[in-house]
Amino acid sequence: MALGVAGGLSSIVAACGWDGGNAVRPLLLDVSRLNDWVGEKILFSRNRLAPQYDVALRTPRLPSYFISPMMPVLQDPKAWRLQVAGLVRQPLTLSIEDLQAMPRTMYTVKHHCVEGWSAIATWHGVPVSAIADRCGMLPQARYVRFDSFDSGYSNGWDMASAMHPQTILAYAMNDNLLAPSHGAPLRLYSPTKLGYKMTKYLVSVTFTAERPGGYWEDQGYPWFAGV
Amino acid sequence: MTASPVPKTPVSPPPKAVKRHHWIVRLTHWLTFVLLLGMIASGLQIYTAYARFGEQGGPYYRPNPFQEHGFPRWSKLGGWLAGALNWHFTLMWPFIAAGAVYLSYLVVTGEWRSLLFRPRDIRGAIEMQKYYLRIRKDHPPQGKHNPLQKFAYTFIILLGVLSVVTGFAIYKPTQFSWLTALFGGFQAARYWHFWAVWIFTGFLIVHVILVFVVDPASLRAMITGWYRGRFPSHD
Repeated sequence: MALGVAGGLSSIVAACGWDGGNAVRPLLLDVSRLNDWVGEKILFSRNRLAPQYDVALRTPRLPSYFISPMMPVLQDPKAWRLQVAGLVRQPLTLSIEDLQAMPRTMYTVKHHCVEGWSAIATWHGVPVSAIADRCGMLPQARYVRFDSFDSGYSNGWDMASAMHPQTILAYAMNDNLLAPSHGAPLRLYSPTKLGYKMTKYLVSVTFTAERPGGYWEDQGYPWFAGV
Repeated sequence: MTASPVPKTPVSPPPKAVKRHHWIVRLTHWLTFVLLLGMIASGLQIYTAYARFGEQGGPYYRPNPFQEHGFPRWSKLGGWLAGALNWHFTLMWPFIAAGAVYLSYLVVTGEWRSLLFRPRDIRGAIEMQKYYLRIRKDHPPQGKHNPLQKFAYTFIILLGVLSVVTGFAIYKPTQFSWLTALFGGFQAARYWHFWAVWIFTGFLIVHVILVFVVDPASLRAMITGWYRGRFPSHD
């Protein structure tokens, strides 16, 4: 009888479409929004820092993910600039040298991919909070959108996570400048969220009042994705 | 004079029906069963995305018969990683709620006394095991549950708690970094979480077999609440 119940349920689920189908998927996504709220309002702390590790524990090889058919590589790296715009007093156009001259943070932390793997690496960059200060972010701004040149991969962050002290725009990884395999010349990094939230191959940072979507988030992955 | 009829072998009357399981026990039992299947099935789909335990490149935690292997389609729920995550993080709420309701029921009603395995039950467990090994012919008297059952049911409740706790260690390794560290780190916590799955699956199979082989009346009791079987309680 127990087998019958299990079998019956499996058939129902299979008939719905394994991801829930049109009947159940909206409910699952609503609960995902609830979990976002719990993650953001209850579990997240602006002060809690992710544990750090000795550089000797760095993972030798980190996978290289991008959505373009080929690894995105700038034709003219010297011409690259980061645009900072949106709800700010002073929009900015920053070169890599400009970013390297700003306040710098460095840490060796564990990376968590939504797939289930983890890896330790060192990141160097400028805190997003320093960017917000420099451009005079306006009080109406509640979200930050990050855009890239990797086939338009982009996503949005809640302001609290973006302002976390460990959330940086990283231009160096381990002992080198960021390589194309890991998002050169600039990527978002933070040990407070899953890897897919940390947009690589950045071109702009935009402060918004509306919640931005995201490449993976719009397809059903969690939006807040805090760890 | 008529001969007296040959006395037939006396037939014992059917056992009296005894109220065994409160509706809260029955409801949470079946809910947990269904939800656990969903948690495991969505978990197997999640596992598929990184089918090993350990940091990239190894060394990997062993044993893992499913290293690099996926699971059959019929066993997975979610279709892909995003779908599986959404199922897992939705079902976890009623799963935890049902567990909490059941545990509260045990404490509030005092029913935990007939379920919890305690040091005084070790002797009784040995006697029960002797009976099952046919070293001892007569069934030791028991309460609502015999000591081996108490051991199994106490253990499975602890396993349920462990699966939830290791789940949170994987879910929030930065916000709950102290918890993740308790289990030896993110990958180790993931491995613990998976062991809970295997042990749950093993328990499920043995539990169902024993119900049918030893005391089918207990299945009916878990549905209707009334027990009419071979092992009345001596509590």
